[in-house]
Amino acid sequence: MSVLTESTIALSSGPVTDPGASQLLEVSMGPQHPSTHGVFRMDVSLDGEQVVKLKPVFGYLHRNHEKIAENESYLGCMPYTDRLDYICSITNNWAYALAVETLAGIKVPERAEYLRVITGELTRLQNHASLVGFLMQDMGASGTPLMYAFREREKILDLFEALTGARMMCNYMRFGGCRVDAPAGWLQQAQKVIDAFPKFLDEFESLLRTNEILMARTQGVGRVSKELAINAGLTGPMARASGVNYDLRKVDSYGIYDRFSFRVPLGEFGDVYDRYMIRLLEMRESLEILKQAMREIPAGPIMDPGTKIRGFRPKAGEAYGRIEAPKGELGFYLISDGTGNPYRFRVRPPSLINLTVLEDMCLGRNVADIVIILGSVDIVLGEVDR
Amino acid sequence: MNLEAIKSEIEANVPGCRLEIIPNTSPSAQHSLLVDSAHAFTVASFLRDGASVRLDYCSNVTGIDWPLKEISTKTKVKKLVDGVEKDVDEIVKTQTGGYLEAVYHLYSMEQRQGPVILRMRTEDRTDRVHLPSLTPLWRSADFQEREAFDLFGIIFDGHPDLRRLLMWEGFVDHPMRRDYVDPDDYEYEPTAHDEVLKRAKEHQAAEGGL
Amino acid sequence: MLGQGILKGLAETARNFFGSYINKDRLTTVQFPEERLPQIEATRDFPFLVYDGTDWDQGMRCVSCQICEKECPPKCIYIVKSADKKPDATGKPQFYPARFDIDISVCMSCQICVEVCPFDAIKMDVDFELSTTDRFGGLLLNKQQLAKSNEYYNKIHPTEAAAVDAALADERAKADAKLRQAAEAKAAAAAAPPTPPAEKTVVQ
Repeated sequence: MSVLTESTIALSSGPVTDPGASQLLEVSMGPQHPSTHGVFRMDVSLDGEQVVKLKPVFGYLHRNHEKIAENESYLGCMPYTDRLDYICSITNNWAYALAVETLAGIKVPERAEYLRVITGELTRLQNHASLVGFLMQDMGASGTPLMYAFREREKILDLFEALTGARMMCNYMRFGGCRVDAPAGWLQQAQKVIDAFPKFLDEFESLLRTNEILMARTQGVGRVSKELAINAGLTGPMARASGVNYDLRKVDSYGIYDRFSFRVPLGEFGDVYDRYMIRLLEMRESLEILKQAMREIPAGPIMDPGTKIRGFRPKAGEAYGRIEAPKGELGFYLISDGTGNPYRFRVRPPSLINLTVLEDMCLGRNVADIVIILGSVDIVLGEVDR
Repeated sequence: MNLEAIKSEIEANVPGCRLEIIPNTSPSAQHSLLVDSAHAFTVASFLRDGASVRLDYCSNVTGIDWPLKEISTKTKVKKLVDGVEKDVDEIVKTQTGGYLEAVYHLYSMEQRQGPVILRMRTEDRTDRVHLPSLTPLWRSADFQEREAFDLFGIIFDGHPDLRRLLMWEGFVDHPMRRDYVDPDDYEYEPTAHDEVLKRAKEHQAAEGGL
Repeated sequence: MLGQGILKGLAETARNFFGSYINKDRLTTVQFPEERLPQIEATRDFPFLVYDGTDWDQGMRCVSCQICEKECPPKCIYIVKSADKKPDATGKPQFYPARFDIDISVCMSCQICVEVCPFDAIKMDVDFELSTTDRFGGLLLNKQQLAKSNEYYNKIHPTEAAAVDAALADERAKADAKLRQAAEAKAAAAAAPPTPPAEKTVVQ
């Protein structure tokens, strides 16, 4: 059997026990380490400064989300999805709502679809903005770029708070629509933020894009080939940086994404620099979508009148619904047995599966590169461990 | 993309494999293909490399627990009772479940098709829980099969590094099984729900008092 | 030229630094405890129970239907239903919660209780300064701690509360009209000439 991977590692487990290898230094990076973006650990074997083996260790934030959901009603699962990838709770809501809508065949009213696109793309903006900030922080640019990114993110979070009541745990979508309509003046306020955002992007790019230190640190680091990216199931900006033209907004065109014209930026080398640039470019495309959506949003109801939110019992069956979350393909696989609780509730977490190639990316690199490679993957431990 | 067509294409190319289409009656209409575990690896590699739909991307891998369940259905049967034909209620008891299932959601990035859903079933839920690993075909199944092993106890033969993923080493049970009993050794929680309080107190009493 | 990119970046930081003195968009933070940002109206954190009138126990809108207890995702609400009925703010006899506890150390502020409540009895508060020295008892709020007046609700969520008040007033007016109609029918029946007993029971 041929294996379509470039992996040169013998995929074997356990610590190095060979006495001849006593030259190797074993370092446990994490779980309490500022660069691991949460409670994540990597068992790294080092030959001098070079990485010869890296094993990610998960589970420090494991709370068995899927088991909790099996004991909740379909409505009760919604606030728990906020806590998966807590940076972008709205896209998590969307993926779950989409899975339930596929399972029960629910239609969503126009205005709700537009509100979903607007909040979803705002989520992408703030996720990518904070990610590039964090990546610079990991690289040693302490504070400044991260604070600029957070300043812009704050404006989007204020919008979320005005719409949904919470900055991060929005709990905004429902199967069959959205929970609340935009209050008076919200769309104008959002338009202001969207209009001001390109200026921030310009500034952010001139701050760092041509910075020599950044280029030296990121170009050619952590490369992933196109074949490996497909085979390892990488999705989202990670895959597109490797040149895989796969954006679910184009492929599935779920919701109403087929109405908007936008481009899908693709990388060439699949290194950290490409992943960084892909995120900057994706923010510009999100702004394009937002402009169109803000222009076209119709008036009307925001909830499907035929859908019962409380005591919702879909017919027995199963459905897999997936969306293009900022971090990659976020899927929900639901099995209903006809009762009020899902029989099986599975989350396909993009953060976890994008980490599959972490070892391949880090082998032969220096310790300092691990930090920025991990930073460029864009993980949130709430989703990795669930 | 038609699942029937894929099924007959596989049957023509992988001799001896037993396939079954599991219908999905919900509005999603995502039907799936049940593969016997002996031929699953060959079928999967055919789907990746040989089939007209090149499923190069394995999106989602997960386990499902189906404990043994007895379903009794009432049917009306005509029977001769004392020489007279009568409608008699007959209760038919059927057993379903009693196995673990691994589900793979496959897509084709090249042709933008999907999902094709593959299912494999173990023989029972206790000791014959082996299934072939598809990680050598799709690296994306690596962590997800480890997770299914960890949480459901499905043993994937041929997986390069089958260890627990989320629970710690030395943990014995599989928490996502339907009959899993969660431990009562959590900290005292001040919730007003009596059941939680009672269990916490019982445990602490057993440990030697509060 | 090597170093050009770095100089460009430094010019950007300088622009942000000096710009923060004149442009409000470049300095969005405030000196927190002394200075506070204006409250955003939709903000929510923990639930509270609304009462009408002045007496919190008498005017509580909750009729102890226990829907929120069932729907609460982390199960942080605990209700004991009363055995008897007592008059609510409008004088109509209703069941009331003999005990109503919310453990806010478990509550995750999802506001599903608010969404499912058919009586507009539970709403989301905005008070976030809730730290206590007792992490067990101090965060388990009882009925009295949870009860807040309708005026308070109108103060923190004016638009939403106005809509709720209008809906409730409408409902009450309808109920009153119904009562009045029934009373009038009764009065008319009483004023009507004596009728056979069978008919009388029908009227009642």
